[in-house]
Amino acid sequence: MTKTRRNLILNCASLVVLFGILWLFQEYGTEYQIRILNNIAVFITLAVSYNLVNGICGQLHLGPNAFITIGAYTSALLTMSPTEKQMSFIIKPLIWPLSVIQVPFWISLIMAGTVATVFAFFISFPVFRVRGDYLAIVTLGFGEVVRVLCNALQSVTNGPLGLKGLKPYTNLWWSWSIAIFTIIVIQRLINSSWGRAMKAIRENEIAAQAMGVDPFKHLMMAFLISAFFSGVAGGLLAHLITTISPTLFTFFLTFNLLIIIVVGGLGSTTGAVIGATLFAWGGEALRVVESPMDIGPIHIPGIPGMRMVLFSVILMVVIIFARRGITGRNEFSWDWLLGKLSFGSR
Amino acid sequence: MATLGSALFEARNLTMKFGGLVAVNNFSLRLEGGELMGLIGPNGAGKTTIFNMITGNLVPTSGNVIWQGEDITGLPPHKITAKGIARTFQNIRLFADMTVLENVMVSFHYKIKASFWHAMLGLNKYRREEERIRERSINLLREVGLAHLAGEKAGALAYGQQRRLEIARALATSPKLLLLDEPAAGMNPQETMELADFVRKIRDSFNLTIFLIEHDMKFVMGLCEWIKVLDYGNTIAEGTPEEIQNNPEVIKAYLGEPKYATG
Ligand SMILES: Nc1ncnc2c1ncn2[C@@H]1O[C@H](COP(=O)(O)OP(=O)(O)OP(=O)(O)O)[C@@H](O)[C@H]1O
Ligand SMILES: [Mg+2]
Repeated sequence: MTKTRRNLILNCASLVVLFGILWLFQEYGTEYQIRILNNIAVFITLAVSYNLVNGICGQLHLGPNAFITIGAYTSALLTMSPTEKQMSFIIKPLIWPLSVIQVPFWISLIMAGTVATVFAFFISFPVFRVRGDYLAIVTLGFGEVVRVLCNALQSVTNGPLGLKGLKPYTNLWWSWSIAIFTIIVIQRLINSSWGRAMKAIRENEIAAQAMGVDPFKHLMMAFLISAFFSGVAGGLLAHLITTISPTLFTFFLTFNLLIIIVVGGLGSTTGAVIGATLFAWGGEALRVVESPMDIGPIHIPGIPGMRMVLFSVILMVVIIFARRGITGRNEFSWDWLLGKLSFGSR
Repeated sequence: MATLGSALFEARNLTMKFGGLVAVNNFSLRLEGGELMGLIGPNGAGKTTIFNMITGNLVPTSGNVIWQGEDITGLPPHKITAKGIARTFQNIRLFADMTVLENVMVSFHYKIKASFWHAMLGLNKYRREEERIRERSINLLREVGLAHLAGEKAGALAYGQQRRLEIARALATSPKLLLLDEPAAGMNPQETMELADFVRKIRDSFNLTIFLIEHDMKFVMGLCEWIKVLDYGNTIAEGTPEEIQNNPEVIKAYLGEPKYATG
């Protein structure tokens, strides 16, 4: 049996196991557990696609929340029924043709990704004219612009009121299938000749260009692909939370994604998956620190926001003691795992 | 514009000013093809700046770069590479966190025929091409004697090996003109001698024209057929190694110590 064949079989087997576990939770799990599992999947999608620009291309892009917002609104506006929309848009009516369109969930997700990609295309021109801190500031600015527009364009976004009462279409099957699809696509890209060119730009842009790599073309490519999946994930989030508003996807979300990929291991898809899982699961598990506690005679009242303090501490500890994150730039492989196992059994 | 003769490459009156500093003044060069041309001069004379103007890293203040009759002045570096001019860097610029093999494979990317979609769908057209790129990269590494290090991180190589990897990577872009910026810097005498043989060998086997900058006089004098001397941006002399060694201007400006002059 060749290695490729073995890996293919192992990959398929682990997918079966994963979906088996998901099915068990779907049948017997609590609503709370299912929500955490959905969150994990959406954050995996977000982190893996965000890592493509930041970790693989090495560009400090601080605007994924813009594409998540665009995706969330696009998808929400497309799944709401015309009557629901008419009832929601009380200040200004929704513009035609959005007011009459209603499409199935899966089409709304594709559209969410597509619209986010179109926006990414237009802003990639100013974004990739600059590098480093300037690029960070331009992308950060774009995130803010999108938020302001969501407030201002009432006849499209319903302004500060947001969109409420979306159908909770996002379930474990949707969120996990998309997470896995994202991982496969991004990994294929990273391991292709195009991914090699992107890494070369990260390592030394002047040398990459001297070897014939067009930096603008490749950075834009990564940016658009990343935006597509961010947009799709935005659509998933909208139909998971069922209520969206301009204040939902702020820079804070981008900051969380940054923590995820840095703690996981910048430049590693495996790291992004681990980081996203720890974040989405840990975020819930750590809720206890925000509830009132009695330690012996001492009574500590619940302190909201305590989780973020803890996250920041974890981030600092990782940066100080494991500068390259949990995985570094390494990726999971069956060779590695089987190697570990056989070594352990010896 | 009329092409002047059949020159492969021509630099016409290249001038580069940085604010008030004239780093390069009226530099001209004509290469017919097949030459081994040297460029020497004291530190800060403007040698690297000339390379940067040729490869599009700097746009000359005035003057033109002509490639096979076509004016390529001011084209971006990746387009100039695609035309057939490759370079190495004085301050080594490898893709340090990528493997030695990957470093070379990057250079084949710009001429890849399969499309992005072929790659994403894992179609045979792409797979075969990737396989061919891998094979050709390994062959190139074999030529520079680095094949046994193919899986190592480029940043982990010894200095002399890094310099050879830079050359392999440049060769992988299939250039007609190769610019080497101080290829022997940091090499020991043994390595330097091997490098001279190697440069001569690739010139013949790859049908190259080579234009190189080097401080090591023994290396330049032994290798190059024609040498240009730069001082404060001005071309103060040119000629065969013998002529340069005996040129009083050069001795005064550059080869101050007689022990170099006799090479
Ligand atoms: N991008 C730049 N901006 C401003 N000044 C520059 C720039 N590049 C080079 N210079 C200046 O131009 C002059 C020529 O530099 P250059 O690097 O071409 O010298 P060189 O002949 O290659 O020297 P060395 O032998 O030390 O490599 C120097 O005075 C340098 O400081
Ligand atoms: Mg120099």
